[in-house]
Amino acid sequence: MKELIAPFNEAQVRALKVGDEVAITGVVFTGRDAVHKYLHEGGQLPPGVSLRDGIIYHCGPVVMKEPDGSWKVTAAGPTTSIREEPYQGQIIRDFGLRGVIGKGGMGERTLAACKEHGCVYLHAVGGAAQVLAECVRRVRNVYFLEKFGSPEAIWELEVERLPAVVTMDSHGGSLHRDVMSASSAALAERL
Amino acid sequence: MNELLESLVELIRRTSAEIPDDVNRALVTALENERKGSIAESALKIVERNIELAKRKSQPICQDTGSILFYVDAPIGLDQVAFEETAREAVRRATAKGYLRQNSVDSITGENDGTNVGPGSPAVHFHQHRGDALEVRLVLKGGGCENVGAQYSLPLEKLKANRDLDGCRKVILDAVLQAQGKGCGPGILGVCIGGDRATGYEWSKKQFLRFLDDRNPDPRLDELEQDILRTANELGIGPMGFGGKTTLLGVKIGAANRVPASFFVSVSYMCWAYRRQGVELGAAGAIQRWLY
Ligand code: SF4
Repeated sequence: MKELIAPFNEAQVRALKVGDEVAITGVVFTGRDAVHKYLHEGGQLPPGVSLRDGIIYHCGPVVMKEPDGSWKVTAAGPTTSIREEPYQGQIIRDFGLRGVIGKGGMGERTLAACKEHGCVYLHAVGGAAQVLAECVRRVRNVYFLEKFGSPEAIWELEVERLPAVVTMDSHGGSLHRDVMSASSAALAERL
Repeated sequence: MNELLESLVELIRRTSAEIPDDVNRALVTALENERKGSIAESALKIVERNIELAKRKSQPICQDTGSILFYVDAPIGLDQVAFEETAREAVRRATAKGYLRQNSVDSITGENDGTNVGPGSPAVHFHQHRGDALEVRLVLKGGGCENVGAQYSLPLEKLKANRDLDGCRKVILDAVLQAQGKGCGPGILGVCIGGDRATGYEWSKKQFLRFLDDRNPDPRLDELEQDILRTANELGIGPMGFGGKTTLLGVKIGAANRVPASFFVSVSYMCWAYRRQGVELGAAGAIQRWLY
């Protein structure tokens, strides 16, 4: 298990290879369909949010308001990433992302942007809402809550040792592509 | 609160927060089988820890609490209208308590009124029988795995699949290949051979009511189930598509008659977060026993 600790930088990310298991510590921002579409269409990030050298997490968490007004994340599993494929590459380039956390993997355009800019795709365990919620130490802030609603808002989360696997690296490697071609070949032998 | 309503709320809570024993046993075995130190092993360890945490905290196992599917086996004379009204109220209450995420969206406007109740939600399937027992089963079917389901129409030249059991085998294995890890595998397949486009999918989902370790009473289907399970697990897709030995935990296949012109094979994929429970209810609606 490799520790991936904020602030993230290019060298740290370039050192990662497909198949590495990582534990992510630091600030991550959630963003899913509405945020990606908004940024792709030229929308500006709200003051306080910087994705430069940061990580975006494809996640629509379940967040409860505590009696003292603070937020508590009660479920925080990844959502399917491929829906953001039309937008992700450009967002990696324009906003300087170093990592994308999600599930299911992404396509060639994102892979190319990872290679060019120095970014990785980090696959969390789908469905592990409780384990991943436990990794969220604190909700630092929320943006676009009114505009996009709770699951689609940008949540600024402080995470500690959030487990994920590098399935797309910054050298053109993709575990998804490899497993697809190996399993296709294995199936062809068994038909 | 009347007893039936209370029982249905408890059924929803337990289904959402606790993995049934048969599924848990299969996941434990899968974990033991994976190579020590592999990514597949790590992923399954996280799954196990998640199951334990969800149960302890009585929180949803996965935040996508899915489509809400009730299957009711009822004696003749049950007031189905009243039952369905109570089931809808139970869903409202379970949602307010956080057992279910606010997960149901108006397909035209995109609005989510936060109740999980609307056209088609929850879905309640009734089946009458001549006995006395009232059994209610519930499946919460997540969206990610639902999206990788597939319906094939045979013959299918591209896959060299003819209108026979070998053709069925080919398309079912193709569904596994195309799904890769995207349905949060290791998965469970529910399959229907035959039927029409609607009943095919409906019957494929009913297969999820079977125990994971049961055997199909039809020897031809039993053989096909075992063959697909074994073959799928040789493909190396593994948990989450990370590579590994466990691609599927189970395969359940049923067959329905078809018209001569059609030959559908409908495949539903269930994720590892296989949320399915059931209760037998007494006359007043109290829970007599749990079915899984
Ligand atoms: S496919 Fe299942 S485990 Fe994965 S996110 Fe959906 S409901 Fe959860």
